[in-house]
Amino acid sequence: MIGFLTGPMLMISLAIFFGGLAYRAVMYVRGLSWQLDRVAYKPHFTHGLKGALHSIRRWMIPGGTYGWRTQPFMAAAFFLFHIGAVLVPLFLLGHQVLLKQLLGFSLPTLPSLAADVLTVVAIIGGVMLALRRIALTEVRILTTPYDWFILAVSVAPFVTGFIARMHWGNYDFWIIAHILTGELLLIIAPFTKLSHIVLFFMSRGQLGMDYSIKRGGMKRNYAFPW
Amino acid sequence: MPEGTFCNKQPINTEEDLKSLLGDKGGAQYYEEMKHLDVDVPALAATLEKTCKARIRTWLEICAHCGMCADSCFLYRVSERDPKQVPAYKIQSTLGVIVKNKGNVSNEFMRHCVDVAWSQCTCCNRCGMYCPHGIDMGVMFSYLRGLLFSQGFVPWEMKIGSGMHRVYNAQMDVTEEDWVDTCEWMADEYGEEWPGLEIPVDKEDADIMYTLNAREPKHYPEDLAEAAILFHIAGENWTVPSTGWEQTSLAMFAGDWAACKKQVETVYSAIERLRPKRVVGTECGHAHRATVIEGPYWAGREDGLPPAPYIHYVEWLAEALRTGKIKIDPSKKIKEPVTLQDSCNYIRNHGLSNITREIMSYIAEDFREMAPNREHNYCCGGGGGFNGIGKYRHQRNEALKTKRDQILDTGCKLVVAPCHNCWDAIRDLEEEFEIGIRWTFLKPLILKMAIIPDHLKLQEDEDE
Ligand code: SF4
Ligand code: SF4
Ligand code: SF4
Repeated sequence: MIGFLTGPMLMISLAIFFGGLAYRAVMYVRGLSWQLDRVAYKPHFTHGLKGALHSIRRWMIPGGTYGWRTQPFMAAAFFLFHIGAVLVPLFLLGHQVLLKQLLGFSLPTLPSLAADVLTVVAIIGGVMLALRRIALTEVRILTTPYDWFILAVSVAPFVTGFIARMHWGNYDFWIIAHILTGELLLIIAPFTKLSHIVLFFMSRGQLGMDYSIKRGGMKRNYAFPW
Repeated sequence: MPEGTFCNKQPINTEEDLKSLLGDKGGAQYYEEMKHLDVDVPALAATLEKTCKARIRTWLEICAHCGMCADSCFLYRVSERDPKQVPAYKIQSTLGVIVKNKGNVSNEFMRHCVDVAWSQCTCCNRCGMYCPHGIDMGVMFSYLRGLLFSQGFVPWEMKIGSGMHRVYNAQMDVTEEDWVDTCEWMADEYGEEWPGLEIPVDKEDADIMYTLNAREPKHYPEDLAEAAILFHIAGENWTVPSTGWEQTSLAMFAGDWAACKKQVETVYSAIERLRPKRVVGTECGHAHRATVIEGPYWAGREDGLPPAPYIHYVEWLAEALRTGKIKIDPSKKIKEPVTLQDSCNYIRNHGLSNITREIMSYIAEDFREMAPNREHNYCCGGGGGFNGIGKYRHQRNEALKTKRDQILDTGCKLVVAPCHNCWDAIRDLEEEFEIGIRWTFLKPLILKMAIIPDHLKLQEDEDE
């Protein structure tokens, strides 16, 4: 069972994840239209690219934008969750061992203490995001069961992985639960809101482009104050 | 009843239709008919298929429902944080539903969308700056307005507005003769005081072609005279076109993209006909947005730029003050505290915030910023056509509160508002809340402060 899940099944999940997300990114760009979007992408491409990178960079820095600064709780929840969510799956020792077995190469790994801390931090971030959904009327009105599902799917691999790692309860059960939830996440990512893993960069960059090509980027002698 | 006499899917194309629609006072019959207007689902679905592409679809799909955009919207704030005013909610519950149902929505739902699109969003684009995903509700609402317009679901005044552009190429019934007459009249009227004052019509190869807002010739022609006098003082070689002088676009507020194209093309062909080195637009935010920022796309100009460099009045004025073409008498500078309205349409949407501050530095001794300001400033409450729609007067008046409080916080009694919509909204807010403020365009202000070069002075002045 574990052999299958960490062998062929993992390969399939990874293929769907990377293939699917790449497809989403390509389709995003192909679906842009300078006339409908009213942005002259091509003639001012370099200029636009600068604005795109600026916008992406600022939103990836905690406190880098007015948006983050005016909403510190959300900023904290967001960064705690996403830092763990990006670093742990990529650089966890256990994952790298699998990767080596599967594809014959591996990435650097995180010290296990750091990985543990990041996992807990991600879970805390996830809980904060959930609390916001319950507590704030302006978020509650937007929240649908689908949002809860996405949040649950995203936090589940961390919770199950951490329980297994701590050897609480039945290790085999939790490690299988961890693998299953992890693979579920990989597989559904391209087809759900989780596609924001790549589409965030497209959409964010694109508004940065819009603002720097069309909406004053050529007039402002400073970058847009995100 | 599928289509009414007034409320139907046909845009206004003749003077006769326009007049009869205007005859329906307040749109009473129009709105009654709207209750029975059918939704053409296949047409709506086809339009979505053709025009709703990656950008908007992705925005609708990946919105994290995080609510970070809530506080960015002044309409959410003035409505006591009504969750129904959260930008993401407003768009998901309107455009989102139309897209999800592939256009299969009811008459009632479309009328609900009309209310939201025209009374809960001024397309000020502020929320887009506060959304981590870069989702811009202003852009989406403008798209939604287009869909609604194509189905005949549009406020009465907006239908009239776009009809005006279709019939007169202007937002009001100012014909070419009216316009040219006004130019002559103003040149005569002010010529006595300003010898040599001219408003040259259709001069080719001038340095500047000036374009404006039809409300100026129609309701305050002295604005045109002031522009002429300032060009005269600055010694500019300028002209106005006989056709293609109207720079605004109520059609943009209405979502009538065909009329937008038609309107902006009249201006562009004037540019091509008269070949000015550059074009200067008047103190109007939405006019600038329509003709300079969005216009090139309606006209299908691939580089996204108008046919000649096209600047807003504040850019010309800053340059004239900077280079000394217009000199300010230091003793006449504004002594009292003064604040400045940052128009979304050319500040957030065209990066001109430094320019307006440069102007203030030449003319004001005690300039005070509103908070927030520049790109982060709030809409005055009158944008996107909100000022002019009778049905939503109550909501519009509520919306003015943000600006009222921002102004009160500065402690200033004088507000410089170089945008027609903002100017109107601030006038209305004084009428509504009586906070004891005055408001002004830049032209009359500068005219009072400018040093008049000797050779332009009245002869008798020198004799004295
Ligand atoms: S564009 Fe402006 S008015 Fe419209 S939802 Fe966004 S912030 Fe509110
Ligand atoms: S801030 Fe952006 S992602 Fe969050 S709810 Fe608003 S539109 Fe959606
Ligand atoms: S009326 Fe003025 S403040 Fe309001 S949206 Fe237009 S430019 Fe902005």
